[in-house]
Amino acid sequence: MDASQVIFILSAALIIASAVMVVSTRNLIQAALWLIATLFGVAILYAVLDAGFLAVVQVVVYIGAIAIMFIFAVMLTSKDMRDKGPQVNASWPGAALLGLLTFGGIFVILSKWDGLGKLPGEIPGGADALLAKLGVALTSPELFVLPFEVASILLLAALIGSVYVAMNKK
Amino acid sequence: MSFWTDPIKVVYDGLMLLLTGWGLSGAAANVISSLLGILLLITGAMVLDIMLVWVERKVVARFQGRLGPNRVGPYGLFQPFPDIIKLIIKEDITPDGADKVVYNMAPIISLGSVIFLWAVVPLASTIYGVDLNVALLYLVAAGALGTLSIIMAGWSSNNKYALLGAFRQVAAMISFEIPMVVALLIPTILAGSLSLKVITEAQAGGRWFFWLSPLGAVLFLISAIAELGRSPFDLNEGESEIVSGYHIEYTGMKFGLFYAGELLHAFTFGGFLSVLFFGGWHGPWASQYPLLGVFYFVAKAMFGYWLIMWVKYTVPRIRIDHMLAFNWKFLTPVAFALLVVTAVVHSLLKNAGFWPYCFGLFFSNVLLGWITLEILRASTRRQRLAVEAPQPAAQH
Repeated sequence: MDASQVIFILSAALIIASAVMVVSTRNLIQAALWLIATLFGVAILYAVLDAGFLAVVQVVVYIGAIAIMFIFAVMLTSKDMRDKGPQVNASWPGAALLGLLTFGGIFVILSKWDGLGKLPGEIPGGADALLAKLGVALTSPELFVLPFEVASILLLAALIGSVYVAMNKK
Repeated sequence: MSFWTDPIKVVYDGLMLLLTGWGLSGAAANVISSLLGILLLITGAMVLDIMLVWVERKVVARFQGRLGPNRVGPYGLFQPFPDIIKLIIKEDITPDGADKVVYNMAPIISLGSVIFLWAVVPLASTIYGVDLNVALLYLVAAGALGTLSIIMAGWSSNNKYALLGAFRQVAAMISFEIPMVVALLIPTILAGSLSLKVITEAQAGGRWFFWLSPLGAVLFLISAIAELGRSPFDLNEGESEIVSGYHIEYTGMKFGLFYAGELLHAFTFGGFLSVLFFGGWHGPWASQYPLLGVFYFVAKAMFGYWLIMWVKYTVPRIRIDHMLAFNWKFLTPVAFALLVVTAVVHSLLKNAGFWPYCFGLFFSNVLLGWITLEILRASTRRQRLAVEAPQPAAQH
């Protein structure tokens, strides 16, 4: 077992354990903090896979965003921020079955795949070249510049819409 | 190759030889040597941090016409040590109703988010932690972690003042992150890379990015001060309004970690200012003798730190609406305009030779700064005239 496998097992354990805590803790703020731990574990996986850019963006976007979610959670919930009701509703057996079936399906598919148990190979041209390709693809007119810009306009529209909704009408 | 030309390599090879001589495998020896290197870097930063307490107190004393610490040791140089002993032996209080785990983790993350940054700082041509190709994004990511620690401290203290301080910090962070990221893009355009090593190497021979983009350096300095939460943007502490905000409940060394983190953060941003705009480790004979490069880097970082202190102890705290208006109506538009101007001038004059390129960029910056000041002057004149205009008599 080499170092990257040890790191993978540790961060996978972190992801699963904190993901379980996100849905099982009764305190809203602690759930948000566990969510940060989950996403941080995913960032570690990206770093292990030589995707440094994705790892850093994961931290910037998600931890920065959760800081803001934190504030909404504090401002929009009642004083105690503790959920006192039951944690599951009547349809939990169905959800559990669906979850088990999905897990089983992925397990079967992966166990047939011959790449399982192999170490990741070298990226052709190195990770940096791949990243440069991604950047060029996002900004070149032949590839994805139009969807990229449309997505930006969508976000801008959402921003203007929220300003309009929040504005005091005279 | 001797110790003076490539110290890290010489020490590393010596360590590997020693450890493999003890019967360790090559991989284990590599891990141990790397861990020792990390430990050395963190220890160096922390020892420097102890002395920064003295530097900060001495400099603020000079700005305020006082003497500063002058009793313990020559020039009060040993003053931080009694302070540390005092912090360590103080009673450790956890407030009633605090979320204990989060409460105790916040100071560690606060200091950790600063020490993270030192992994990517190139101290000299061959002395650096790691040459990350996304180092500038990494800087922003570490800033997000720092903000998270402040929110954790503010929320878990179970104190309204602490929570208010944390809220204000998030408002400042969201807004000032935008001009900061745009200001970081200016050296990126000029050097063609996000890696701090490449950015430093692009500034060889006195071609500092400060000469190419003085406005960018100023924008970075302002948004760095806001990111640090230092005066005039220290609304998250605001000791006269919310009694020092998010760390109000912390005692002893837990407060000490926040304090150490704040000082080291300011010094680190001084270091980033030097790397991005003042040539980093570049200086006479620095490329032959890396240790000299470390000296130049620390000297330039100290200059940046001094600039931040100068602003902190000169400018009073601004109101929160002024702060947000300053960011959204002034800093962000100027930053975006500068980004466009720099990109256009850079691509037009890239092949026009050294002097036209430098002069073109410098004067486009000066022109943009002058236009900005003129627009500001015109708008304040309009506001003043509106106030001075004769008012209709009061209605009865």
